[in-house]
Amino acid sequence: MSAGENPVVLGTGLTKIGRRWEDSLSDLFAEAARQAVEEAGINPQALFLGNMSAGVLDSQEHLALSVEDGASVFPLVPAFKVESACSSGGSALVAGYMAVKSGVYDAVLVAGVEKLSEEPSDAVTSALAMAADSDFEAYYGASFTSLNALLMRSYMRDYDVPRSWLSEIAVLMHKNALDNPYAQLRKAITVEDVENSRLIADPIRLLDCAPTGDGAAALLLAKPELAKGVDPLVELSGVGVGVDTIAVNGRSSLSDVPATARAAKAAFSAAGVDPKDLDVLEVHDAFTIMAALAVEDIGVVPKGQGAKFFHEGSAERDGDLAVNPEGGLKARGHPVGATGVYGAVEVVRQLQGKSGKMQVPNAEVGAFHNLGGSGSHAVVGVFKRRK
Amino acid sequence: MKPKNGVSVYGWGSYVPPYRLTVAEVSRVWGRDPKQYEDELNVKEKAVAGPDEDSATMAVEAAKNALARASVQPSEVGAVYVGSESPPYAVKPTATTVAEALGIGPLSLAADLEFACKAGTEGLQAAIGLVGSGMVKYGLAIGSDTAQGGPGDHLEYTAASGATALVVGPLSPDAAASLEGSVSFVSDTPDFWRRYGAKYPSHGEGFTGEPAYFKHVEGATRALLEELGLKPSDFDYVVFHQPNGRYPLTAARDLGFSPSALKVGLLSPFIGNTYAAASITGFSAVLDVAKPGQRVLLTSFGSGAGSDSFSFVVTDGIEARRPKAKFVMDYVKKRVEIDYALYLKYRGGITLGGGAK
Amino acid sequence: MTVPKYWRKIDAHYRLEGIRCKSCGKISYPPRSSCPYCHSKDVEVVKLPERGKVVSFSLLRSPPKGFEGYVPYYVAVIELENGVRVFGMLTDVFSPDGVKEGTPVEAVFRKISEDGDEGLIHYGVKFRPIG
Repeated sequence: MSAGENPVVLGTGLTKIGRRWEDSLSDLFAEAARQAVEEAGINPQALFLGNMSAGVLDSQEHLALSVEDGASVFPLVPAFKVESACSSGGSALVAGYMAVKSGVYDAVLVAGVEKLSEEPSDAVTSALAMAADSDFEAYYGASFTSLNALLMRSYMRDYDVPRSWLSEIAVLMHKNALDNPYAQLRKAITVEDVENSRLIADPIRLLDCAPTGDGAAALLLAKPELAKGVDPLVELSGVGVGVDTIAVNGRSSLSDVPATARAAKAAFSAAGVDPKDLDVLEVHDAFTIMAALAVEDIGVVPKGQGAKFFHEGSAERDGDLAVNPEGGLKARGHPVGATGVYGAVEVVRQLQGKSGKMQVPNAEVGAFHNLGGSGSHAVVGVFKRRK
Repeated sequence: MKPKNGVSVYGWGSYVPPYRLTVAEVSRVWGRDPKQYEDELNVKEKAVAGPDEDSATMAVEAAKNALARASVQPSEVGAVYVGSESPPYAVKPTATTVAEALGIGPLSLAADLEFACKAGTEGLQAAIGLVGSGMVKYGLAIGSDTAQGGPGDHLEYTAASGATALVVGPLSPDAAASLEGSVSFVSDTPDFWRRYGAKYPSHGEGFTGEPAYFKHVEGATRALLEELGLKPSDFDYVVFHQPNGRYPLTAARDLGFSPSALKVGLLSPFIGNTYAAASITGFSAVLDVAKPGQRVLLTSFGSGAGSDSFSFVVTDGIEARRPKAKFVMDYVKKRVEIDYALYLKYRGGITLGGGAK
Repeated sequence: MTVPKYWRKIDAHYRLEGIRCKSCGKISYPPRSSCPYCHSKDVEVVKLPERGKVVSFSLLRSPPKGFEGYVPYYVAVIELENGVRVFGMLTDVFSPDGVKEGTPVEAVFRKISEDGDEGLIHYGVKFRPIG
């Protein structure tokens, strides 16, 4: 991708994640979109919206148009829903990146919105299982959690990783979220809490899993010429997408995620950086195992060393590389289609120095990782603070 | 009755689910003395199908065992009969599901039969006719049931789950057994029935004995012996329908068969009454051990009422076929005891909210 | 699940069939109209072996809709005797140790789910520990 300059971020917006009974999908979108648009001082020319389940859980397709109309934060613009399961947000960002870098649009709003708290849990479980193969995984009773459980079991066995090292990841996420005003879960937990929590799909327990909740995030991407006097200015320097088979039985390995490795390689190449250049990293910890796998597959540490990286304290805010300083999916929350945009916004705010108590000092280069399915569609994006 | 062209049994196979509900446990729930039923019925426990099983799934496993022994390609099977009084659908044939699962068809006859506990041997009679007439090369007859009795009812102690399949084809010494002849004997005798919409069957208690079971089992058997010019002492094995562990012993005594000839084929003390599978599962157990040259009598009984009676002579081909599939006793010995609550959960006595039953 | 969606996959679900690519020779599951390895259209349906071993598994306690009656149940990736991997549900697991990586299993035809009291019964293959 070399046509045109890299887009820059002119505004961001986030909502608190939780059971937002009083807010519809449009209301949540409005809250995040208004923050981003007012900060940017300009209206977008197009909307790219990540969402996975509104058709099933809210009876609303045609979602991007539906929420921009319901919100009416800016005049109606071409609106595209982008869906790739839990990486819908990341994919929406890729679409926005391509739209601005190619010169087709000058400024776009990339957003994600999801509501998961209103239907009974078995209906939500079934909706999320749509990320898996409906004919050959969901048909045979797979829940999304159970597919990730297969990976956790294989990983622990292949690399001789103690269970407690994975539990510690959840503990760190909760500790980080204590400082996060928009996080869904703001309560410290211990390793014992994780290991005594309810078994969902062995070996995954309740406190290994990100909670389900409602939320929206937005960021306004524009061509650099529109950034008048914005300082610090953050640029989206590169994106990468990696894919693999939809169903677990087709993967070459059950203890790593090649899709993430492919996405990271492409993103770093486009941005001209290495993993060691990163100051902050947001990974897709839908389950504690996924955090361990992500830092390996992204190339921060060698295969099998991911859980150890967290165990040794290297992922703390003041560690070698801060990972999920806002609490990650586990504690900040995981409104599925919005998650990728949350991760992107969190990186941007770190590079802008706007992360308050969660700030990683002197953050200049950051990346976010967003994973769809049990390892089938990964998005990695690299942001840099422009000097 | 003898078909124009001779017919042999090529393959036999059974399936009995692993779960067992004891007479003692049912007695415990209903406040009865377990000895009453254990002694009266000579039944210790019954086999119960699990939550992911039904007459179709059991029929498929039994048929796979039978087809393995028969060593025939599914494409050579021209007829599939599934006899059951507990088919998964009221309208939609089990036989087509079973045929698809086995790779049989599309050029095949397929039908479901109902005649209470003799629906399996009904299918056998029909398959014999089709093979003997030359219309099909091989026929597959299956009896499969997940029978249930009403809560606390007499039949709850014995109504069980199981399946047996038989593959018949043209007469050959390479087959397992050749058919000497058969008889069917029916009358409108209302000893046991279930109206549409009723969840559990009704029955005549004692009426199911003399005027029903014994009249038809003995009537059919006597007619067969007379037609073939045979006497009880000509038989090495005899298998009767076995609603409990007592009736077959009484019938054997009435007809002049020795109790020792009954032993191998009498399984209801251990697995209960598997209804359309009952008599043919006993027959399957006999074929698991019988030697070439031995003669076997099989007489079923179905309420409503009727009996099919067959005489078979075991042929040389049986030895090579026998090891190709699991034995009935392999299934009987695989035993997982459950309590009454699990039994209700597995067999649909408790309705889950929209969940798998 | 609509009736046609179920019916289209009956062969794969009932008989555990995959495809063999006549161009590159590889066997894959589930059946597709083109080879997932070399993308040739020259593929034929093949019956897969009915025996295999467990590669990884999970005992599931929070089920999706329609599977409550089986809880707890195992899902697993199974490697069949010819090396092809399939994903499936296990059944009849009676050992107190449950299953392990490497447990040998055989395919059995079972009920998978039901579309309520009045809809279709969905059948397919599950995997049962051998012995």
